[in-house]
Amino acid sequence: MVDVPSDVLAGIPPAEVGEVDLYHPRSWWTRYVFSQDAKVIAVQYAITAMAIGMVALVLSWLMRLQLGFPGTFSFIDPSQYLQFITMHGMIMVIYLLTALFLGGFGNYLIPLMVGARDMVFPYANMLSYWIYLLAVLVLVATFFVPGGPTGAGWTLYPPQAILSGSPGQEAGIIMMLLSLILFIIGFTMGGLNYVVTVLQGRTRGMTLMRLPLTVWGIFTATVMALLAFPALFVASVMMLFDRLLGTSFFMPTLVEMGQLGKYGGGSPLLFQHLFWFFGHPEVYIVALPAFGIVSDLISTHARKNIFGYRMMVWAIVGIGAMSFVVWAHHMYVSGMNPKFGFFFATTTLIIAIPTAIKVYNWILTLWRGDIHLTIPMLFALAFIITFVNGGLTGLFLGNVVVDVPLSDTMFVVAHFHMVMGVAPIMVVFGAIYHWYPKVTGRMLNETLGRFHFWVTFLGAYAIFFPMHYLGLLGVPRRYHDIGGTAFVPASAHDLNAFMSIAALIVGFAQLVFVFNMIWSLFKGKEAGGNPWNATTLEWQTPQTPPAHGNWGKELPVVYRWAYDYSVPGAARDFIPQNEPPASLTPKGAHP
Amino acid sequence: MTAIVLFMAGIAAIAGWWLSQQRLAAKPWLEEGVVGDFPGGSSMSLPAAKIGLGVFLAVVGSLFALFISAYSMRMQLIDWRSLPVPGLVWFNTGVLIVSSGALQWAQVSAHRGDSENVLTGLLASGVSAVVFLIGQLLVWQQLNTGGYFLAANPANAFFYLITSVHGLHLLGGLVALSRTIVKAWRGVEISRLRLSVELCTMYWHFLLLVWLILLALLTGWADDFVTICRQLLT
Ligand code: HEM
Ligand SMILES: [Cu+2]
Repeated sequence: MVDVPSDVLAGIPPAEVGEVDLYHPRSWWTRYVFSQDAKVIAVQYAITAMAIGMVALVLSWLMRLQLGFPGTFSFIDPSQYLQFITMHGMIMVIYLLTALFLGGFGNYLIPLMVGARDMVFPYANMLSYWIYLLAVLVLVATFFVPGGPTGAGWTLYPPQAILSGSPGQEAGIIMMLLSLILFIIGFTMGGLNYVVTVLQGRTRGMTLMRLPLTVWGIFTATVMALLAFPALFVASVMMLFDRLLGTSFFMPTLVEMGQLGKYGGGSPLLFQHLFWFFGHPEVYIVALPAFGIVSDLISTHARKNIFGYRMMVWAIVGIGAMSFVVWAHHMYVSGMNPKFGFFFATTTLIIAIPTAIKVYNWILTLWRGDIHLTIPMLFALAFIITFVNGGLTGLFLGNVVVDVPLSDTMFVVAHFHMVMGVAPIMVVFGAIYHWYPKVTGRMLNETLGRFHFWVTFLGAYAIFFPMHYLGLLGVPRRYHDIGGTAFVPASAHDLNAFMSIAALIVGFAQLVFVFNMIWSLFKGKEAGGNPWNATTLEWQTPQTPPAHGNWGKELPVVYRWAYDYSVPGAARDFIPQNEPPASLTPKGAHP
Repeated sequence: MTAIVLFMAGIAAIAGWWLSQQRLAAKPWLEEGVVGDFPGGSSMSLPAAKIGLGVFLAVVGSLFALFISAYSMRMQLIDWRSLPVPGLVWFNTGVLIVSSGALQWAQVSAHRGDSENVLTGLLASGVSAVVFLIGQLLVWQQLNTGGYFLAANPANAFFYLITSVHGLHLLGGLVALSRTIVKAWRGVEISRLRLSVELCTMYWHFLLLVWLILLALLTGWADDFVTICRQLLT
């Protein structure tokens, strides 16, 4: 970094928001446990999310064991299978990916990348984590209550979600809904922080168009989440009323075991509208941070500026806005006015345009780049491949005529695992390999990392690629056992066994990754401040790991955008965002 | 889902307007050097807490818009029997308006630097908000004794649900208000009190607005209004 003489800065307005009153921890407890430092909160979020993610992973093993070797594992009965898919889906989508991208990466990266000392409301930020933890604990507790967790599917559709006969109808569903409500309250506290910090906490010179795409992605996703989660909140509260107080918001008149039930007249469709008003944006709440992060990974590790930065920003914002008007494409088979079906099919296909633009821009960024096949880069490439793959099958499913026969088959399961399971997880891994050195000051082990990458990437394909084929055969989803169904050939069972073995191997590779993270914490190579020679502000902190308050006495001043890689004529192949332009550098000083 | 879609369109318009001021068409790769447009500069001079509250109100707004959407969808089914709104509700509405007005008065006094009136305004607002909440509980009791039980009809269920969500938001606001009152009581300097008073006022006005919309919905006025609009359009 360069010492800029103060007269050079004379033209710059003083940083009004610079000297926030930083909260200073007084004891070990407030420093590491009830910390208000966004970086500590980020690590707490990440560890909790990954821990509960391991539970979801183990559940996926159990499901795969059952699907691959039906009848062999007598301890998995049909209602348990339903409980496993429900908890697996719910944990993966909400408690792992949403929490990790926004609570984990958002908390760590936003203040550092925009050049702030911390989030603007640190106290609410701390509460956000503890409420999230409570939500996770309530969720975990459902495994131990009588009747077990709910088995209604992660969509929790009424009426079956609260009817006797569905597993977990006693306590499981109630606690599931409570846990979601807690999650949403906790998230809202954090989300306000992420949004306002991006709006208000930026350091001098950090215009919106100089923000790294990671921040754009997380910011837009947070805005969407703040507006979409209330729909899940409303749906959960109303369902709780139905279950506990006997109202009939969603519950239709039902005859159960020959007796007229206590409910009457409610509308299950109403729940579906509310759920998908949240559920579809949720897909992009997970995807947009991934888009943003992957753009930065690609640019940094290909030593090239991102192609079409402006278009990338517009696409992120456009996708965010559009994704609020497509929700009903999840309800083609639930019955609706055909004109609506047409409307929602059209909007769904239109969203593909900005998404495709992003893919082209990533590829054009790679084109003739100086590609370093580091582990983050490998994961970024894997993301692009998987995402394109899943996106194409998504175009199939976006059409009403194609969706109707494929609905509720393994084809759908394969599709959404590709786009919103494997693809974002690839980004999560890439991002962890990329930023771990900043968080801990040490590199992750390279050999273990490469092993982890290849097993995970090839393994994920081995699991989910054949699944498309099973779906085309008509194998239904959410089935404990397809038994001797005539239209399913015997070879499909062999395929199922193969996929299950692949799933076990992939799961094992994740244990290697966890081991790597713990081992490298003590034994990893020292990373230094900026091991990837990256331009963004988080790599320019005076200390690594960054100290409380992030920056030394003075906040950094930003002079350029985030992607000055391989600038012709520059001394190095990257120019940090806070490096003043040559015209501002006094004579004799060398950048 | 019309209500929430309209609400989202409103949010989108605000966001679009804001984004249009942010030079999103700039070519950042050409703009090396110092750019004057950042926080503390021209575009964002509001305190963070105000923006935070603004964003929070958008979240709360979307919550109520969704309740309204659900209400109007459920209302169309045949088992819906509207319930009579007790007269007490009108009294409560008046009290809530007084509460909001008192805070407005406190805010104006805070700007004038009149600390005594600030305290009076805050206290009056707090007391009337509590009266409103008690009044709402009495409304529930009246309905209950009249046989309009929660689970008897979706109209009743929505009435209890929506009023309680609104009441809980007011209760949360009361926590913030009472902290402001304590500060004012202790004689904290008025310049340091101003922001808190402004935030409370903003929140109170918002909740009043939400309540008026909910009232129109619960009494069926919104329904008549929509039909009139439909007729005008066709
Ligand atoms: C090793 C990785 C994974 C494996 C082996 C796996 C396997 C499975 C299986 C077997 C099912 C149930 C299919 C059925 O019978 O309907 C399922 C459902 C599901 N999975 Fe995964 N999964 C994995 C990772 C993920 C990830 C990362 C996500 C994150 C988005 C995810 C989200 C879901 C969802 C939302 C469901 C649907 C649950 C439902 O039907 O209610 N999965 N998965
Ligand atoms: Cu969707």
